[in-house]
Amino acid sequence: MRLISGFFQDLAKNKVLVLMLLPTIVFFLINNYSPMVGVYYAFIQFDFNSGLFDAPFVGFQNFEFLWKSGKLLELTANTLGYNVVFIFLGNGLSILVAILLSEVGGKWFKKISQSVLFLPYFVSFVVLSVIVFNLFNYERGVLNTVVKSLGMEPIDIYGQPNLWIAIIIIFYLWKNVGYSMVIYFAAITGISDDYYEAAKIDGANMFQRARHITLPMLKSTFVILLLFALGSIMKGQFDLFYQLVGNNGLLFSTTDILDTYVYRSLRVTFDFGMATAAGVYQSIFGFILIITVNGIIRRLNRDYSLF
Amino acid sequence: MKVRDDSSAKWFKLLAYVVVILGCIFCVLPFLLILSGSFSSNESLITSGYHFLPRDFTLDGYKIIFELPQEILRAYGVTIFTTVVGTTTGLFLMTMAGYVLQRKDFKSRNFFSFFIYFTTLFGGGLVPWYLLMTKYLKFGDSYYALIFPGLMTPFLIILMRSFIKSTIPDEIVESSKIDGAGDFKIYYRIVLPLSLPGIATVGLFLALNYWNDWFSSALFINDSSKFQLQFYLYNIMNTASFLATFGGGGVSLSGGVPTESMKMAMSIVVIGPILFLYPFIQRYFVKGLTIGAVKG
Repeated sequence: MRLISGFFQDLAKNKVLVLMLLPTIVFFLINNYSPMVGVYYAFIQFDFNSGLFDAPFVGFQNFEFLWKSGKLLELTANTLGYNVVFIFLGNGLSILVAILLSEVGGKWFKKISQSVLFLPYFVSFVVLSVIVFNLFNYERGVLNTVVKSLGMEPIDIYGQPNLWIAIIIIFYLWKNVGYSMVIYFAAITGISDDYYEAAKIDGANMFQRARHITLPMLKSTFVILLLFALGSIMKGQFDLFYQLVGNNGLLFSTTDILDTYVYRSLRVTFDFGMATAAGVYQSIFGFILIITVNGIIRRLNRDYSLF
Repeated sequence: MKVRDDSSAKWFKLLAYVVVILGCIFCVLPFLLILSGSFSSNESLITSGYHFLPRDFTLDGYKIIFELPQEILRAYGVTIFTTVVGTTTGLFLMTMAGYVLQRKDFKSRNFFSFFIYFTTLFGGGLVPWYLLMTKYLKFGDSYYALIFPGLMTPFLIILMRSFIKSTIPDEIVESSKIDGAGDFKIYYRIVLPLSLPGIATVGLFLALNYWNDWFSSALFINDSSKFQLQFYLYNIMNTASFLATFGGGGVSLSGGVPTESMKMAMSIVVIGPILFLYPFIQRYFVKGLTIGAVKG
């Protein structure tokens, strides 16, 4: 009780601050918190015209359908798998490029290459889909033009699900590495030169210096980015998958993630009940996952945990 | 004292140059592909495919677009309008929130920070949100649907909060309070002018989100005069490419489908402003990110 009254006392004491924060609070209440009530849609037989609480309650039937459709395992594996690869490959590559970039000389060269590497981050996913289509299109794509000029049979890339694992990962990296590279690069710039000078005197070579000084210094940045990425480990990157793959069913076995599945259920098959159920599953599964990982991180090193 | 580099440093440097230059080429090539396509004749694209350098150079693709500019100008207008309104409103609200959430004498700040952060951990999902927007807020086919959802994101608020925290010393706030300035006045007169790099960064992220948005149109807009630029491009691309994706060839394109070089020219027109603005805004980005994100 005292906690609550203390809370309201603090609010009363800072009326202007509360007022300044109010639009933000209201926004998140409407846009993010109120849909949480809509989780109830997963337990009713949905009808667009009836209200939330007068539609018939069906219990876990929607979840049962979802489970029986046999898609759930595949969707979960794809969603988690891609995100784990994105996080580790993406951060690994960003750190590598950041370290290398900090070694090249010349202010201009550094600046220009930094800008160029960051550029793909600014391109919309729609344009990215145009690029990918121009590269891999069956009749006119660059790849098949080359293949044909070598006298070989063109490859039907849009019909080969396994290739898309690589394509999606490559274009994720293309678009995002520059962005996180800048963050790591900034962290490296912040490391004092004294460490490197001292290591040089002790006879450490370049690789040893990178390994024993730079990498440990980047750890806290990595953990922060990791925890942000974890928040969306069960979602995220909808644009990437949807723009590259679209509604091409041939590729779903390796490219369908929970987000694209939910979107299609909503817009293409109009299966509101099952789509909500999939969304609820996604949220709860992701939530449990984050709590678990956060718990593990907290046990290893309290400073790095998120909450 | 300056210590001489050892021989490993030379190899490391060489490796660094090679990787960075290759990386840069890898980043630029895809743009070249579209640019080259936009200057190639339609026939050459259909018969000999896409290349990194234009074949049969022509400006036809651009001519078609600028002969009938109404639709694309309208899409441009919608995107510019939503970007400007959304960015200024969102920026105003988020800097204000960021300022409040870093005030040390505001004890409940952690509670509210978590209230905002929690939305990244758990949500109702797409369907309940879609129903909220269409059924309860009645935002379907309106500009609200294009502007409202993107106004604020937890990440940007947190970025803004740590930026203000690390650039503005508490003492300034303290002393202006003693001088009798109110909370809002401190924010408006002192915090805002001092946080320009942070504001630029957050503003650019926000503007980029609005500029590149196609999803809001896809979900909520049926009236084609309110399509965002990206969604307009998406539609043009997909009327034909949807058929062509199903490999194997043999799909003949009907006459009503936009031509290939015109599609590429469209893509360039859509990327254009960003490529043009990019060199100017990039340095703010790096500066703001450095201070806001690293110090968390």
